[in-house]
Amino acid sequence: MRDVAIIGVKNTNFGEQWDRSFRDVVVEAGVGAVEDAGVVGEKIDSMFVGNMSGGQFVEQEHIGALIADYSGLAKDMHVPSTRVEAACASGGLALRQGIYAVASGIDDIVIAAGAEKMTDVPSPKASSALAAAADREWEGIMGATFPGLYAMIARLHMHKYGTKSEQLAEVAVKNHHNGQFNPIAQYKSPLTVDSVLGSIMVADPLHIFDCSPITDGASAVVLAPADIAHEYTDTPIYVKATAQASDTIALHDRRDITTLDASVAAGKRAYEMAKMEPKDIDLVEVHDCFTIAEICAIEDLGFSKKGEGGIVSMNGETAIGGRIPVNTSGGLKSCGHPVGATGVKQAVEIVEQLRGESGKRQVDGAEIGMTHNVGGSGATAVVHILSRDR
Amino acid sequence: MSVPRFWRKQIARYNLVGTRCKKCNEYFYPPRNMCPGCRREGEIEDFKFTGKGEVITFTVIHTAAEGFENQTPYVLGIIKLNEGPSLTSQIICEPEEVKIGMKVKPVFRKLGQAGERGMIYYGTKFVPDLC
Amino acid sequence: MSVGIISYGAYVPKYRIKIEDIARVWGDDADILKSGLMVNEKAVPDVDEDAATIAVEAARAAVSRSGIDAQRIGAVYTGSESHPYAVKPTSTIVAEATGTTPVLTAADFEFACKAGTAAVQACMGLVSSGMIDLGMAIGADVSQGAPGDALEYTAAAGGVAYIIGNKESELVAVIEDTYSFTTDTPDFWRREGMPYPEHGGRFTGEPGYFKHVTGAAKGLMDKLGTKPEDYDYAVFHQPNGKFPVRVSKKLGFSREQIEPGLVVPRLGNTYSGSCMMGIAATLDQAKPGDRIFATAFGSGAGGDAFSITVTDRIEEIRNNAATVEELLANPIYIDYARYAKHKGKIKVA
Ligand SMILES: [Zn+2]
Repeated sequence: MRDVAIIGVKNTNFGEQWDRSFRDVVVEAGVGAVEDAGVVGEKIDSMFVGNMSGGQFVEQEHIGALIADYSGLAKDMHVPSTRVEAACASGGLALRQGIYAVASGIDDIVIAAGAEKMTDVPSPKASSALAAAADREWEGIMGATFPGLYAMIARLHMHKYGTKSEQLAEVAVKNHHNGQFNPIAQYKSPLTVDSVLGSIMVADPLHIFDCSPITDGASAVVLAPADIAHEYTDTPIYVKATAQASDTIALHDRRDITTLDASVAAGKRAYEMAKMEPKDIDLVEVHDCFTIAEICAIEDLGFSKKGEGGIVSMNGETAIGGRIPVNTSGGLKSCGHPVGATGVKQAVEIVEQLRGESGKRQVDGAEIGMTHNVGGSGATAVVHILSRDR
Repeated sequence: MSVPRFWRKQIARYNLVGTRCKKCNEYFYPPRNMCPGCRREGEIEDFKFTGKGEVITFTVIHTAAEGFENQTPYVLGIIKLNEGPSLTSQIICEPEEVKIGMKVKPVFRKLGQAGERGMIYYGTKFVPDLC
Repeated sequence: MSVGIISYGAYVPKYRIKIEDIARVWGDDADILKSGLMVNEKAVPDVDEDAATIAVEAARAAVSRSGIDAQRIGAVYTGSESHPYAVKPTSTIVAEATGTTPVLTAADFEFACKAGTAAVQACMGLVSSGMIDLGMAIGADVSQGAPGDALEYTAAAGGVAYIIGNKESELVAVIEDTYSFTTDTPDFWRREGMPYPEHGGRFTGEPGYFKHVTGAAKGLMDKLGTKPEDYDYAVFHQPNGKFPVRVSKKLGFSREQIEPGLVVPRLGNTYSGSCMMGIAATLDQAKPGDRIFATAFGSGAGGDAFSITVTDRIEEIRNNAATVEELLANPIYIDYARYAKHKGKIKVA
């Protein structure tokens, strides 16, 4: 198996992009990543695209071919392009598939991208599309929403561990603080704990400001064998681990509702593969689709004891400059959550941080970073560890 | 949900008919046709649950799922049935009434409908079991 | 051979609205309405309840009260004015949800407020003829009354199920006979596709209710050679409190005889469930050997009269399901806004 490096990255702006279509944003990300890598189109061997629900958001399936076509890679070059889907973990999974392709020796230059165009449908329809990531037949039909499922995680977390709404709010406040320094972020305005707690209740105990928004956006990275990465860039970022795990599709079937066992398993596999421990990680982009999700992720990936995710968030340990900076990009909460793009965007953020290109949100001396991307209420988790050193 | 898709599991929804593995005595609701523990060695048979159980966790939904707009606020919970398995259901009670650990029993209610012209989905929800 | 009731089950949603709350919306005088109608409050369905869910709850209570094997039930007939589907039976939903499928006959009945008792009569015939072992007859409604109409003060939600059989050891009440009096009298109707019924105002009184209730009641007593004094209890259809009180007096029954079954002041008019609910409330307290005289009325119009004698078995099964009194106790009172939401009068999607 070959070592793999990321040699180019690009995020489009995240937000409500009324004047831009699905294909507009995805082409921008792809072209941007290729330019960043200094690769010519003829070199591209394959593409993997994370997309949760083109069918429901833009009534478009066959996303892989569409993207190859609009990137100018289909008609003459016939570059293979594959859509990958694992709900909100689609992007992380596309990256993982790209890594597989390069590591296997079959492909050399591979684009791993993710994209979602969510604002072409009204919000209720978007929520309904997202709810398809849960168990439609046994959760959705009962009136479950995504905020509702995570609210039930939050409720039990509060009950078992004494986690407080203020601690959840602190996650949103921290992520909005980081987001204001991220030029692509959907929300660049800071929040206060009071404003989070005073925002309308979506699914008790989650307020609207505990929830990530509906976002349009795309992200892409260019992958290459580590051995030739220096031909393209002075600062290749190496993939030290790629890991994935599954759990029950429905929240009610989990071993423990307050633990995403898929996150635990994917994290464990990633640490093993990289021969690392949580303390080796300098920063992490976790899947904070809701504030409680960041608290669970901190615990499940080993950055705090179980039940103490709220406390470490409150202490500032997860802030930039803290013990383990979490979501320097602003996370899904502030940067935005175009579901298919998110897993790739997390990798773009880590690459920029490890390259030292993150400006005001830069984590000093960042050498090793982690991404954590979750599908549904935790049925899929994808974890990557990226490093400046090979 | 389409008519055949709903109809296929109608008995399960109306009467809490799930399954059980005779090999390991594990109970499944929603029903499973393969025991996740025994897999190919498992022996699955139908099992009718009493519907008595307990609230494991819950939320009060204020922003409804599509088709549930007329019901807000509604209580959604995860209920652990006395026989073992857990399920997701609405709990019919006032939002301030629901608590973790609350005992519940089943009732027959409308789950939803496919619009004004489409079929009506009936099934089981839960209410506080005060006895 | 006797035929009669082997079990019964009732269901009333837990929500009530007081007459005052409705009167406030329309600027009516609640005190005058309450004394005129003899109704103080009415039962309101939850937002996810309809005639089918109410019928199922009543039917399940009836099955569990007697402990019979539901597979023995060979007919399920549900009477209602508010069947959720115009075409597609409520009774198949009830049959499936009570475990009586697939070997049975099922159909929905409609005869305004006496569809449930018409179903009882059909079951009596099928059981007596030997065509079926047991039959289940249900009256259930989420009654409709147009906003601001007089009916809105009384139209309530509830349902009752009776299981009819003929095994002596199983009967909790023998139905000695039934007698119907029917004419074509358009005192009340609801046209296809219309959400609320229309009625003839005072025309619903003498030519409707009183003529048909007395016609059926007198006819049955004449046929059986019984008199009002022969009965311990009497139940008459209860569109309000005034009508059953007046008709019982006219027929020679006392206030004491009708009191136990007079559920309308706290329940409202459950349409197809109305008279059947009164019978259930009476069975809840009758002693073995007690005789009950009951007459249902359905607009359109007709009366179904029944002469019933309670058996010893009533004591054995009575407490296996909720009594009407228990169902009426401890309601949750809601205001008109929430009532409108529950009844689907607020269109959201
Ligand atoms: Zn098994």
